[in-house]
Amino acid sequence: MHFTNNKTLFTLIGIALCVTASATPVDEVLVIDEELEMTTRVQAVEGHPISEIYSGWHYRTPETRALEADSFANPGMLGVEQGEEIWHTVEGSEGKSCASCHDDAAVSMKGVGANYPKWDEKTQRPKNIEAQINSCRVENMGAEPYKFDKGGQKPLTAYIKNQSLGMPVELDLSEGEMQSWWEKGKETYYLRTGQLNLSCASCHEQNHGKHIRADHLSQGNVNGFPTYRLKQNKLISLHNRFRGCIRDTRAEFPDAFSDVLMGLEVYTTWRGTGLSVETPAVRQ
Amino acid sequence: MEIRFLSCAVFVCSAAYFTFAQADTAPGDVEINAISIDKPLTDVAGDPANGKKIFINRKQGNCLACHANSDMKDQLFHGEVGPSLDGAGTRWQEDHLRTILVNAKAVFGDQTVMPGFYSLEVGADVRKDLIGKTILQAQDIEDLVAYLSTLK
Ligand code: HEC
Ligand code: HEC
Ligand code: HEC
Repeated sequence: MHFTNNKTLFTLIGIALCVTASATPVDEVLVIDEELEMTTRVQAVEGHPISEIYSGWHYRTPETRALEADSFANPGMLGVEQGEEIWHTVEGSEGKSCASCHDDAAVSMKGVGANYPKWDEKTQRPKNIEAQINSCRVENMGAEPYKFDKGGQKPLTAYIKNQSLGMPVELDLSEGEMQSWWEKGKETYYLRTGQLNLSCASCHEQNHGKHIRADHLSQGNVNGFPTYRLKQNKLISLHNRFRGCIRDTRAEFPDAFSDVLMGLEVYTTWRGTGLSVETPAVRQ
Repeated sequence: MEIRFLSCAVFVCSAAYFTFAQADTAPGDVEINAISIDKPLTDVAGDPANGKKIFINRKQGNCLACHANSDMKDQLFHGEVGPSLDGAGTRWQEDHLRTILVNAKAVFGDQTVMPGFYSLEVGADVRKDLIGKTILQAQDIEDLVAYLSTLK
């Protein structure tokens, strides 16, 4: 056994990294149903640590990418259709459906999902689509709020976001205290958690493009949520994904819609500024 | 006469060593000098065959998550987050490999993503049932050191 000095060591590591750096995002264009060209790579917004932003689509297998390019084959579209049914279903003490007030979602909800989370004056915190749905259910319909991931929460969120398919994600951080929630989210993003001592950045910023065992690491962008995960055969909400990634560091994970995860949603959404809304994206 | 005296001394010595080092070195008591831990964490010599198993096992080392290793080509999916470990036993001495495994930060700096496998310097909000516990046990580290040393 010989001890090689650090310089040689780092050269060796450098060579190893060069050899394995081939697993970069694919150089292809996502066109849905041969007509809607999506922005899946974009110059990063100012202040972003990565210069070019890629949708998770670029890191998936050819088969998975093809599923997303064809809305008939995309299994997530079943959830969207379910969401459409719920949109027209009367519920609650007021005898109303979403459509009673918002009419045709293709018109009233177009572009809405691309700009969430938004500042909510009433609660003095950011609201995501899930929170807005619950607020309409409670205040405008006299219905029960959906519990996390339950009832119509995922399909209805997917339906509303799908009305913005292809539109660029953009947040208004000047509303209310959005900026301070962005800061909180950023702290969470770089906080190392769990026994494995990893942060979001350890995987999605420092190592995107590389494989971690069988998984090809993306930049962890959120523009496709709720996404359809082939592994789990269902729509997966964003906060479920957040919790899964934190759990994998062997840490306790925060509640869905908690301040910590709302901050993280604001911050990660900002990181994907300019990417098209892809809901329902197809992932492995 | 001289020979007899020597073997006697060796006997006394090893007996003393056994009683002294019966317990594994606790994570907080491991002495790291620069990047070296020259004292094994246990008094049982590392078993390279078991080290190889720990390397593969997802619930233990799960080293393949981040490292490729040509010695286990039969295993699907080798990670790319860290460098290939081919030749690691040539690049590193045992006492340095031990440090990399105990607490990679001591060798690569705080920014490394490689977890400390026998360290209590962990991240925030550790899962409740894992508080105060290390990822691997002292003997696992010795087995891994023995295994990595075979990668020439
Ligand atoms: C009684 C009328 C009414 C009903 C029924 C209703 N909403 Fe609303 N909704 C509103 C009003 C008024 C606003 C705007 C003010 C606000 O945010 O509460 C709104 C806002 C929204 C927004 C935000 C739009 C934006 O531009 O940011 C979404 C999304 C939404 N509703 C979804 C739903 C869904 C989904 C349902 C059915 C579960 C529903 N609404 C039921 C009245 C209604
Ligand atoms: C140990 C590595 C690891 C860490 C740490 C980690 N993730 Fe992930 N994450 C993954 C893997 C693997 C996937 C699935 C493949 C991919 O898209 O990267 C994933 C997927 C995602 C996705 C889905 C991307 C898409 O295109 O649909 C999001 C969003 C995400 N992670 C966010 C986060 C956030 C936020 C954190 C920090 C709280 C985090 N991750 C921490 C490994 C990690
Ligand atoms: C989360 C990813 C990750 C895991 C899991 C991991 N490592 Fe590493 N390892 C790295 C990285 C990254 C480096 C490169 C050092 C650096 O630049 O931070 C490294 C470096 C090393 C080195 C020195 C590299 C060389 O050959 O010169 C050895 C040896 C090593 N790791 C062994 C292991 C063993 C054994 C395990 C399992 C017990 C393991 N690693 C688990 C990420 C990881």
